[in-house]
Amino acid sequence: MAAPLALVLVVAVTVRAALFRSSLAEFISERVEVVSPLSSWKRVVEGLSLLDLGVSPYSGAVFHETPLIIYLFHFLIDYAELVFMITDALTAIALYFAIQDFNKVVFKKQKLLLELDQYAPDVAELIRTPMEMRYIPLKVALLQCFPQCYFSCLSDIPVSVPPYLVCPRTPLSPPAAVHTCENEEQGLLDLFLGVCHDVCGKPSGNRLPLLLPSQLLGFHPRSLWLYCWVSPDFKLSCAVKEGLSVPDLTPNIGLFWYFFAEMFEHFSLFFVCVFQINVFFYTIPLAIKLKEHPIFFMFIQIAIIAIFKSYPTVGDVALYMAFFPVWNHLYRFLRNIFVLTCIIIVCSLLFPVLWHLWIYAGSANSNFFYAITLTFNVGQILLISDYFYAFLRREYYLTHGLYLTAKDGTEAMLVLK
Amino acid sequence: MAAAMPLALLVLLLLGRRGWCLAEPPRDSLREELVITPLPSGDVAATFQFRTRWDSELQREGGLSVLLKADRLFHTSYHSQAVHIRPVCRNARCTSISWELRQTLSVVFDAFITGQGKKDWSLFRMFSRTLTEPCPLASESRVYVDITNYNQDNETLEVNPPPTTTYQDVILGTRKIYAIYDLLDTAMINNSRNLNIQLKWKRPPENEAPPVPFLHAQRYVSGYGLQKGELSTLLYNTHPYRAFPVLLLDTVPWYLRLYVHTLTITSKGKENKPSYIHYQPAQDRLQPHLLEMLIQLPANSVTKVSIQFERALLKWTEYTPDPNHGFYVSPSVLSALVPSVVAAKPVDWEESPLFNSLFPVSDGSNYFVRLYTEPLLVNLPTPDFSMPYNVICLTCTVVAVCYGSFYNLLTRTFHIEEPRTGGLAKRLANLIRRARGVPPL
Repeated sequence: MAAPLALVLVVAVTVRAALFRSSLAEFISERVEVVSPLSSWKRVVEGLSLLDLGVSPYSGAVFHETPLIIYLFHFLIDYAELVFMITDALTAIALYFAIQDFNKVVFKKQKLLLELDQYAPDVAELIRTPMEMRYIPLKVALLQCFPQCYFSCLSDIPVSVPPYLVCPRTPLSPPAAVHTCENEEQGLLDLFLGVCHDVCGKPSGNRLPLLLPSQLLGFHPRSLWLYCWVSPDFKLSCAVKEGLSVPDLTPNIGLFWYFFAEMFEHFSLFFVCVFQINVFFYTIPLAIKLKEHPIFFMFIQIAIIAIFKSYPTVGDVALYMAFFPVWNHLYRFLRNIFVLTCIIIVCSLLFPVLWHLWIYAGSANSNFFYAITLTFNVGQILLISDYFYAFLRREYYLTHGLYLTAKDGTEAMLVLK
Repeated sequence: MAAAMPLALLVLLLLGRRGWCLAEPPRDSLREELVITPLPSGDVAATFQFRTRWDSELQREGGLSVLLKADRLFHTSYHSQAVHIRPVCRNARCTSISWELRQTLSVVFDAFITGQGKKDWSLFRMFSRTLTEPCPLASESRVYVDITNYNQDNETLEVNPPPTTTYQDVILGTRKIYAIYDLLDTAMINNSRNLNIQLKWKRPPENEAPPVPFLHAQRYVSGYGLQKGELSTLLYNTHPYRAFPVLLLDTVPWYLRLYVHTLTITSKGKENKPSYIHYQPAQDRLQPHLLEMLIQLPANSVTKVSIQFERALLKWTEYTPDPNHGFYVSPSVLSALVPSVVAAKPVDWEESPLFNSLFPVSDGSNYFVRLYTEPLLVNLPTPDFSMPYNVICLTCTVVAVCYGSFYNLLTRTFHIEEPRTGGLAKRLANLIRRARGVPPL
């Protein structure tokens, strides 16, 4: 499988290099759908030049990265494009191998359950075969490379730099050296750690997804000490405040910005708390329900974080969408996939149009952009819950048989009760 | 001045214990002066200055302040007000200090409006009042008229009443001559009970442009759209062979997020690195950006200082009542020691007129100047102000959709649906069918 992967990587790197050199680079790097106040490359450059001027980058409200990013890019600033391309390629490779290992685990588990006779007799169609699973890792790598390269590689650091400082095959590498990253993309890191655990057979694969929400804050709890040691100006309060209290109302593809722009001051603290709790509180119920399936749990969790985080971007959306080939076998149980795909595609096309109409043409107002934001998020939510529904339904069929009959012999309907 | 009362309160706060010690105000405590400069295009620039040494009270009746009528003053093309407060030593050893308050108002009258087409002007035409008496508290009360270019011969213009004395000095680097009218001079006012200074042009003045000052500046915002823009300041050094440094101070509100890595300074097409930069970034809703630079302006050049910014979306309560009017950005302040063409002798603070002594310099080869550029008007993107309730409802609906879907999937399990046997309507229908003798449903 090395050759197709190498081909995918070569094409990805070429497309990225071409994009970097073209005039699109500057245009895309300023789009609000692609960059957020917390993950903008322009702000990293600004932080570095503040450092050159002798001013602490944290004394203003422009720079919100972690100190290790400053140190890293202080030396690599001239090679920034190269760094992004390399880390994107590493992401793709890491995902490829992770999914390959995951497929092996799935297949092994399936065989075990078949031998133990846990499955109903007529579910042969639902059993996954190595043949159909052969190309999944490649598809995942492909999906990871391409949507992202059109959008995120030019402008923000997220999925690129972070977790590639850890090799996904070493189990439990100390997280401290790793967390130089951007907000949620650490979810990917934990994905890897989760995969390592699965591969290495440790049963604690469930614990790590629980750490995902802490990645929202932009750092792993254990690496705080490292940040404070590295840069005395990095105050925990600053970092947490930026992520949690949403002071910067720059429009993005999420729900927060307009909500807090129109909020009555009296209720602002209450709603900030409600919205931030929303991200975190699905973790425990999902962990309980999906305790046998940590990778799917991680997928759902990443998707929820991508929808409800304070400053989402298309990079976050592309991250969880890269995993769709892994759940290809759920396609027959998805109920609304056509409508949802249409919604997401149409909204993606309308985002730049309505932004232009509001900001540049002056003929629309902020409500138009906000409406598309709402629709896009509803589409994402329904898509994720559809996948969840399909997953649960397949599990039910696996244990109870595919062709179910009701008491009177007619074909049965399954409902959630 | 309408601003006198609140100003009095402000200065009162600065007072301390010294203010009320003396029973009798010393005589040189208030000086007032009006400088009138006719411009070649026919417009007239008038500058009032009032200087008070603190120990006295601040009311003024009579004197030059009778000319300050708001309806005439605000029909001008340009006006600017300044207040300077500083401590001064009372004696040579500086054992005690008093406070000095200097209030300045500069206006430029448009000749066309005030003179009805002719370029002649008089105090009555400009201010609709004439001077009747000096201020009783003033130790000095003077009117200076700039008659620099048209001094000796009476062929170009005539000033009425003819001045008794003239004053010559080097002001802002050039030699100027002023006609002096001293209101405290009893001979001046006694004759006609009022003083109405008039100027008549005998020969139409050539419409030459006024001499370009050595340092002038312009500021503007460029870019399109409501997302970002660029703030540019143009600094002109028109001196033919001397370069001099300029201190540029910019205070930009926090909602225009400056990116200091985009700061570029170019002179004559080449990059010009400032000798000193101090930058204090803004904190959201707490403090503005502060950018201070010392830039060396090469001789006879235009220097462009530009910096890019991003416009922030504010909370709906933070907008002004007319948000589409825009937000004002305060002017930049330029301070420089400009080399002067004519060497001037060091000015004696007490004896010289007020308009000469605001920024005293010790050596005569340059003079201090402080310039303010134009204030700017910048538009920010606005949310829809009629929508707060709608937005809250819609966003909470989306969150509830997510919560509902996940709640369903997490708390419920799949069951096979049993076909429903009962149902009231069906039973009723079956009853009727049995009665009719038809097979049941």
